[in-house]
Amino acid sequence: MDTTVSFVLNGKAVTVRSPRDRMLVWVLRDELGLTGTKVGCEAGLCGACTVLVDIEAVPSCSTTLGDVAGKTVLTIEGLALDGQLNPVQKAFQEHHAFQCGYCTSGMILAAWAFLKKKPRATRTEIVEAMEGNLCRCGAHVRILDAVESAGKAMGGVR
Amino acid sequence: MRRRDFLQGVAAGALTFFFTTPLGSAPIQPTRPGAYPEDFNAYLKISADGRVGCFVGKVELGQGAMTVLAMLVAEELELDPAQVDMCLGDTDLCPWDMPTGGSLTMWHTAPVLRGAAAEARAVLLRMASKTLGAPVADLALKDGAIWVKAAPTRRTTFGELVKGRKMERHLGKVKPKPLSDCTLIGRRVPRKDALAKITGAAKYAGDLRLPGTLHACVLRPPAHGLTLATADTAAAERIPGVRIVRDGTLLAVLHPQPDTARTALALVKGTFEGTEPDVDDVRIYQYLVDKAAPGQRVMISRGDLAVGEKRAATVVEEEYRNAYESHATLEPHTSVAKWEEGRMTVWASTQSPFVLRDAVAEALKLGQDKVRIIAQFVGGGFGGKLVGPGAVEAVRIAHKVPGVPIQVAWNREEDLFLDTYRPAAVVKIRSGLDAGRGAITFWDSTVAGVSQGEAELAYDMQATRYQAPAVPGLHPLRVGAWRAPNAHTNAFARESQLDALAAKAGVDPVTLRRRLINDARLLRLLDLAVETFGWEPAPGPTGRGIGLACGAWRQGLVVALAQVAVDKTTGKVKTERFLEAVDVGLVVNPDGARQQVEGAITMCIGQALSEEIHFKGGRILDKNFDTYLLPRFSAIPRIEVVFADNAAMATQGIGEPPVVPVAAALANAVFDATGARVTHVPFTPERVLEALKRLPTK
Repeated sequence: MDTTVSFVLNGKAVTVRSPRDRMLVWVLRDELGLTGTKVGCEAGLCGACTVLVDIEAVPSCSTTLGDVAGKTVLTIEGLALDGQLNPVQKAFQEHHAFQCGYCTSGMILAAWAFLKKKPRATRTEIVEAMEGNLCRCGAHVRILDAVESAGKAMGGVR
Repeated sequence: MRRRDFLQGVAAGALTFFFTTPLGSAPIQPTRPGAYPEDFNAYLKISADGRVGCFVGKVELGQGAMTVLAMLVAEELELDPAQVDMCLGDTDLCPWDMPTGGSLTMWHTAPVLRGAAAEARAVLLRMASKTLGAPVADLALKDGAIWVKAAPTRRTTFGELVKGRKMERHLGKVKPKPLSDCTLIGRRVPRKDALAKITGAAKYAGDLRLPGTLHACVLRPPAHGLTLATADTAAAERIPGVRIVRDGTLLAVLHPQPDTARTALALVKGTFEGTEPDVDDVRIYQYLVDKAAPGQRVMISRGDLAVGEKRAATVVEEEYRNAYESHATLEPHTSVAKWEEGRMTVWASTQSPFVLRDAVAEALKLGQDKVRIIAQFVGGGFGGKLVGPGAVEAVRIAHKVPGVPIQVAWNREEDLFLDTYRPAAVVKIRSGLDAGRGAITFWDSTVAGVSQGEAELAYDMQATRYQAPAVPGLHPLRVGAWRAPNAHTNAFARESQLDALAAKAGVDPVTLRRRLINDARLLRLLDLAVETFGWEPAPGPTGRGIGLACGAWRQGLVVALAQVAVDKTTGKVKTERFLEAVDVGLVVNPDGARQQVEGAITMCIGQALSEEIHFKGGRILDKNFDTYLLPRFSAIPRIEVVFADNAAMATQGIGEPPVVPVAAALANAVFDATGARVTHVPFTPERVLEALKRLPTK
């Protein structure tokens, strides 16, 4: 049954009429047209649909619209502010930390959520933080390099 | 930069398809099928504002075709690659091309494109010569402008010269710039798809939002071998907005919302008929061997095997197995099709726009000119999107609902079920080494499940026999090309076998290969790999956990060195270091090539250690990434890549070669670590434990 749910999306208040148990990924892609969030497994196993809910990285395929009522949601489209790429985006660009790009939105958001909490992370900690996100093209090493260098750019010098 | 400008910048970066309508006339197509058009205007169009558009029938799968092809055009026309707008994979706008696969782009298409750009440069210079009243030799060219060297104010631009028209002048074959004059080739160039991909702006087939789109979910049989007989759609049709389309055994549930279409599909009750194959993931190997046996044919035969066997001092006989493996592209197969005014347009995640165009035309009994394929950014291919069964489903449905865009996006379960797997295979090799440990006296190889493609490498062998079956329909499941098809299966067997011979004879595996290799290029590459890695020769198993393997794909050569740690209680293999030395001739885009090698190594660590399709009869038991195990970050080690300096050889493709020796290097590393030989890909912890159990107890 359709209900009205309000939340903050990429810095702006939005109100959506949709069933509360509809998965957020469909609300974002289908209802709101934000297709940067990708669908890879619909089971929380691949991380392609990762978004930030109140700055926690979550799989939007396994998060309902009701779950984000009154909360703050950040998608890849909202990451660059006022024309400034986010430090993680910059690092992914510099390191060419992607190939097909299908996992990239989720990778960047997972990394951003992690680095916000812990910019001074060890390589092992970065691996653990990114373990839930799959990349099929094999950009793994570059992704880790990019996350590490983004952490440094965010002031997390160890 | 203001946000608005920035977003426009992003949009521009994402404009793969810069020219939305053909400039002037229809695209120039080849005069005979299976050939590239010779007119350079087919590939290059200069718009009135002087921007250069490059049209190629390849697709951007992530492999970097967009960037490296732009580099070649920019090189000849003295532009920045950012000044070249790439239009890829649109069958209405691009000249015919082969599929984006088999490492063909750099080998086949690139020289054609570079030649076209070289001719365009020469034509532009002649046009400028006439306009500026100066001989071509006195002109300079850069960033879309041409001027008189001695009088730079006497200048013109590409845009002024061409005025958006087709360039009528032709000069025939024009030689590209000599390498010594090149300023881009061999340099790191920013990927053209970077901004679009890091901002989420890049559009994949599933990201199109054509007004009125209906999402179609197709009813699947529970098993291969079964097809739809009857269907009860009443419950599904009670959901508002649901439409049902049936075309023979294809039944689809349509809805404006993708998730609702999926929910409605679950309410359809189908019955299915047919026969499942009577085999499973354990019995498959004997099944293949038995079924292939009567059809075995000798593909290659040299010398006398019996004589060779008599000469042998060390003989090894082994059977190497490979499981079915999925492409598992992170983007499942997705297509949008629209049937309008007698024409079918398909926006597809495909590696082969022109093959797909012909397949769609055939499926709908239409002329090829009535079908347009527009490839989008593709979220990984690896051979899995060479044909487009999902796209064919989409057009069959769209054909029944004129004017309505139909999206078919397989979910993960469908993608794993309907994939064309890397074939399961069995390779049996019996071979011998002489007492001097310098000659293979005989080598007898029989495969089932694959061909003997790339089975031979440049090793001296006194007597050889390679057999492969000519048995159509050998496989109970659908199989297809999976990155370096046949080659990696055969290299796994060959390089494992050589390693086993070396160990049994007490000679170190590098020394043995040095004695056998009869190709100077491979020998140099072996030295480069071993020196870069810093490997001290010693007969295995040394306990160090280092393995070596060689491989080839056409003229591309690779030597791989892996270092692993094996947990003998759990059987878990951890890759600690991986190096590849690669010789693919002239490396145009070094960072792009390096990405391909890193990607191949990473992907094949999964192939070697964890990826396997489990099945029972026609039922695919793997439904998602919880059992189909792609390598995650913790599985990937430090990766080193070193390219042979071989600019004199024409560029070979790079998608396939680095795949070839990975599993073999890892298997040899496991042997070096433990003394146990793993012969079944993937060597999962269970299989490693089994191999350890077979070791003689001390």
